[in-house]
Amino acid sequence: MTIILTPTDTIEVSATPDGNTLWLDAADLTRVTGYQLKPEGFCLDEICVPVPHGREAEFVRDGSDGTSVNLATFWRYLDAPVIADDEGATWSIGEPPTDRSMRLDTLEAADVTLPDVSGELHSLSDFRGRKVLLAAWASW
Amino acid sequence: MDELGDESFTVVAVALDSEPGAPDPWIEAASPTYPVLIDRTHQVADRYGIVNVPTAIWIDESGKIVRPAEVAGAYEAFRHVDPETRAVPEEHLAHSKQVRSAYLDAIRDWVARGSDSEHVLSAADARDRQPAADPAVAEAHARFRLGQHLEASGNREAARIEFEAASRLHPESWAIWRQAADKLENGIAAGPAFSARLAALGDKHYYPPPEIAGMPEAPARS
Repeated sequence: MTIILTPTDTIEVSATPDGNTLWLDAADLTRVTGYQLKPEGFCLDEICVPVPHGREAEFVRDGSDGTSVNLATFWRYLDAPVIADDEGATWSIGEPPTDRSMRLDTLEAADVTLPDVSGELHSLSDFRGRKVLLAAWASW
Repeated sequence: MDELGDESFTVVAVALDSEPGAPDPWIEAASPTYPVLIDRTHQVADRYGIVNVPTAIWIDESGKIVRPAEVAGAYEAFRHVDPETRAVPEEHLAHSKQVRSAYLDAIRDWVARGSDSEHVLSAADARDRQPAADPAVAEAHARFRLGQHLEASGNREAARIEFEAASRLHPESWAIWRQAADKLENGIAAGPAFSARLAALGDKHYYPPPEIAGMPEAPARS
């Protein structure tokens, strides 16, 4: 199993890391990033990024066990960070800049789900209907 | 802010703390009535563009940001310590209190008057104050998360390399730097390396003064 650290989660997938590439099931791409592989390309909600012409084999391949996508190459194509540890066992990805700009532009407060000191999970969206002072502090 | 006792408002505190248990004594001492969440990977800092603490974001009832990340009522009085007496001069201590009190007043005004408060930014102003999407900052946070994962798995040397890279990519972030820095016995990253990094700021701020109506002018540098 390969561990993928996303901006909000830690997800284990069955993937094939090989140097700079990371092939995984198209369904796992959606689980990890939200992007869905469609005939139009890689789509997040209504917005699709076409697979670059002539480079299809770097991004998508059909095998006996379904369609695989190369998360690492796709993510670099979006100009987004994708970093692996020395063994290729753990990968860390960041938010693509275009997605981030669009998110910032909406002024919508990004939802986060985090535990309190007793381990109980809370989501920021649980507090809709109230004004929230989201206050960051630290022990250090 | 417990004293506000207003059903239409809550604080949601987030501890940017990777080390398990590190924030617990602080939470116990404060015994807050509002939720205190623990953010080991600093995901809130990444999402909201937070570079230091205390920082706060104002979010309205519909989930819209009406004030993006800004210093939450703190002033860098400690940077004005008199080298001979080791004391913070009176005018800087007084300014510290004024900044805190002006910030709390602004929150009270928002809680009481909602979108009519002068402190609620227009959508255009709020957008202007959002931190821009910066690929280096996004990579810094991805490296920080990888470092945190490596450290939690006991691979401290590989973690250190990621933390150093993260700080180089996002030098404005005190949160990334201090989280990874060596701590004093009290758990605070305030040793000689912190002093040196602070001195290297020169005329730049550790806590940029919040641009809030009613905020008093800082005393001249001594």
